[in-house]
Amino acid sequence: MVDEAREGLEGELLVPIERDPDVVTARQKGREMAVEAGLSGSDLTLIATAISEVARNILVYAGHGEIILRQLERNGRRGVCVIARDEGPGIQDIPLAMQDGYSTGRSLGLGLPGAKRLMDDFEIVSEVGKGVTVTMMKWRR
Amino acid sequence: MVVPILKQSDVLIASIQAALTDADLLQLRDDLLAKVGQYRSRGVVIDVTALDVMDSFATRTLRSIAEAARLRGARTVIVGIQPEVAITMVQLGLVLGAVSTALDLEEGLELLGALNRKDAPGG
Ligand SMILES: Nc1ncnc2c1ncn2[C@@H]1O[C@H](COP(=O)(O)OP(=O)(O)O)[C@@H](O)[C@H]1O
Ligand SMILES: [Mg+2]
Repeated sequence: MVDEAREGLEGELLVPIERDPDVVTARQKGREMAVEAGLSGSDLTLIATAISEVARNILVYAGHGEIILRQLERNGRRGVCVIARDEGPGIQDIPLAMQDGYSTGRSLGLGLPGAKRLMDDFEIVSEVGKGVTVTMMKWRR
Repeated sequence: MVVPILKQSDVLIASIQAALTDADLLQLRDDLLAKVGQYRSRGVVIDVTALDVMDSFATRTLRSIAEAARLRGARTVIVGIQPEVAITMVQLGLVLGAVSTALDLEEGLELLGALNRKDAPGG
């Protein structure tokens, strides 16, 4: 999915997720990159919120990891790609984790399914014991 | 980022000034609940106008503030949810549950007055 998309005009940005404030930094950087890619209005809020959810998951479930932000261009259409990556315990049952309300952390269980609804493309891969990678994209309307 | 909490007669007003970390949100919760007891407040207004993101953690924390404050005898009204934030919350699947909301501070204070009159004995 990522490979199809021609990579960034302004390159890419890596935000390490190690502490609580990094979640805020990641969503602010994501919003800035989305502005550069020509997105606007509520799309900026959708992207920032989706980043917030996957970045928090990194902290809570994996301890640390990173968010990679990329500008995209495909068939003359621009967008942003967000990759959230960690090398934590991974997810055993992804369809279950993607269900609204499912949480092993006694929280709302809306982070992953919600982020999927907020973005245009959403892909999650995981190998137990090796970590999780979430790749999501939002295209300019 | 500490959220200033103002006391205006029997109401506490917390005006969030900038993006908050999860730790900041938990601090706000603890500060507000302590002050509700300290000042015997009947109402709490949380102004979220400056928040550009209300994700699942922020929503859950605001909900728990409102529920705990209610147990301490105070009503909570969230004011200033921005239109883009509201759209995003709906898509994410977030609900504020029984938490009251109003458009802005002025309407929030009005709503609190009405809620507390309704609660008053004989009212
Ligand atoms: N990066 C991750 N590493 C390991 N497990 C994860 C990760 N992200 C999510 N999960 C698992 O998926 C579940 C659902 O995540 P989410 O939808 O964000 O809801 P919540 O965080 O409220 O539990 C989590 O409870 C957790 O079990
Ligand atoms: Mg989550």
